[in-house]
Amino acid sequence: MKHSISELEDIASQVRRDCLRMVHAVQSGHPGASLGCADFFTALYFEVLNHNPKFSMEGVGEDLFFLSNGHISPVWYSVLARSGYFEVSELATFRKLDSRLQGHPTTHEGLPGVRIASGSLGQGLSVAIGAALAKKIDGDKGLVYALMGDGELQEGQNWEALMFAPFHKVDNLIASVDYNGQQIDGPTEKVLSLENLQAKFEAFGWHVITSDGNDMAEITKALHYAKSLTGKGKPILNLMSTQMGYGVDFMVGTHKWHGSAPSDAQLETALGQLKETAGDY
Amino acid sequence: MKKYTYTEKKDTRSGFGAGLHEAGKRNENVVALCADLVGSLKMDAFIKDFPERFVQVGIAEANMMGIAAGLTINGKIPFTGTFANFSTGRVYDQIRQSIAYSNKNVKICASHAGLTLGEDGATHQILEDIGLMKMLPGMVVINPCDYNQTKAATLAIMEYEGPVYLRFGRPVIPVFTPEDQKFEIGKAWMVNEGTDVTIIATGHMVWRAIEAGEKLAELGIDAEIINIHTIKPLDEEAILKSVKKTGCVVTCEEHNKFGGLGESVARLLTTTYLAPQEFVAVNDSFGESATPDQLMTKYKLDPSDIVAAAQKVMKRKV
Repeated sequence: MKHSISELEDIASQVRRDCLRMVHAVQSGHPGASLGCADFFTALYFEVLNHNPKFSMEGVGEDLFFLSNGHISPVWYSVLARSGYFEVSELATFRKLDSRLQGHPTTHEGLPGVRIASGSLGQGLSVAIGAALAKKIDGDKGLVYALMGDGELQEGQNWEALMFAPFHKVDNLIASVDYNGQQIDGPTEKVLSLENLQAKFEAFGWHVITSDGNDMAEITKALHYAKSLTGKGKPILNLMSTQMGYGVDFMVGTHKWHGSAPSDAQLETALGQLKETAGDY
Repeated sequence: MKKYTYTEKKDTRSGFGAGLHEAGKRNENVVALCADLVGSLKMDAFIKDFPERFVQVGIAEANMMGIAAGLTINGKIPFTGTFANFSTGRVYDQIRQSIAYSNKNVKICASHAGLTLGEDGATHQILEDIGLMKMLPGMVVINPCDYNQTKAATLAIMEYEGPVYLRFGRPVIPVFTPEDQKFEIGKAWMVNEGTDVTIIATGHMVWRAIEAGEKLAELGIDAEIINIHTIKPLDEEAILKSVKKTGCVVTCEEHNKFGGLGESVARLLTTTYLAPQEFVAVNDSFGESATPDQLMTKYKLDPSDIVAAAQKVMKRKV
């Protein structure tokens, strides 16, 4: 362990503050799943990923991460900044004119840490598979990680990719699903039910593990375990339960904060529930 | 006229297959992907010699485009292969976000473009792909005219860094460009110098333009024929130089008149040097089942249609 669990929890608290302040500042963005995935991103970037914040697009020898559900850009930007890819002060430019921190992540403005644009849903897993295949061709031992939303699994391209990876034994790939059960129009089970995701992934040939994405000890352990499963002929899928809005009592567990910004008063209340541990930007 | 003759007929897709095989030999970063159309795309030679650099994705074009984008990240040069319809319209958003906007070095190689796909009919005969692809910022769009040019173009796009759409076709047609040609992206090829009318053609229409030029010569009309293989970026200098000399232009393409080469030329002329233009192109229509030759006649893409357009546009000269 590079950090203790409580140290990681402290970082995640700061990341949650960053997310809320970024979205509040421009009164737009997606706080719900950003909060829900703060623990995953913190565990990944501060504990699990073999990466170099002196960013190179190729990332030879490194682990690569791809975000498919690009709307949760605030949490990714915060974690990239907090782990040294760019100055934390740049978070203040989120969604503003001439910023590298576009509403959805992109390579277009050259933001370090981002290797593909995402936002239009359902495309990230395919890209991650391509990057994983390239590493295999090159004999590069780095791993490839991807995160998808659960609602995003309604996009058909995911199922093309889910079919491809086990058949081609892409076993240097760890995909996680943010299983929060919410999407813009309501709970996934009411919009278009995902039914038994674990059984579906297993039927497609993935090695599926489950985890609690809002328990730092557990998600860290799950990602380390996932890593130990690589190189055994199957891609790994981490079906990660989270709660949208986790960490703020009035935001938790509802789709209502998927894409809504907090007011001044709501921000103050929310920040009162999240310890400032590394200094606000 | 009679500047160009041919001794054999081949399909442009075989030019792609030969070019891809050669590209694989020249650069170990070249990888090929196919969505269950290996035979149609003539990828067999590449697959035989470089099986470890070939990815069969199955009938899943969206996934293929995403995988191709991901492959570029470690420096691979992916060439995707499927029909033009499934290379563009079916996967437009994947290309837009994961390839064009992300500026990935993917070569989208598209066979069976246009009416000359023939009997399979309109579901497979895309006539909108040039327009779709040229509207994407940063996308290079190339439509070579014969086997040799397609092979040369395939090798040229390997050397170019950035996303490219390479469009070619199914039928066997005359091979008339030099075997050892140097293919320069964005550089027009002067097929025949003339003074009375500029005929600008791309893809399968270039040989038809040459045939039209021979008929025009018999009528005493001296046509300048230019092959625009690269629709984007357009060789504006070559087009303007010619039109300033002849004073009128006919554009020829196996594509909808909306969104194709003709509109690119019209934009150039209206913003720089006004000259009358006629379009030999499909008149905002889907295709249908028939032989390629029957379709080219019905949809008015024959040499006689080019001749008629040339005569018409010359009357409009000021």
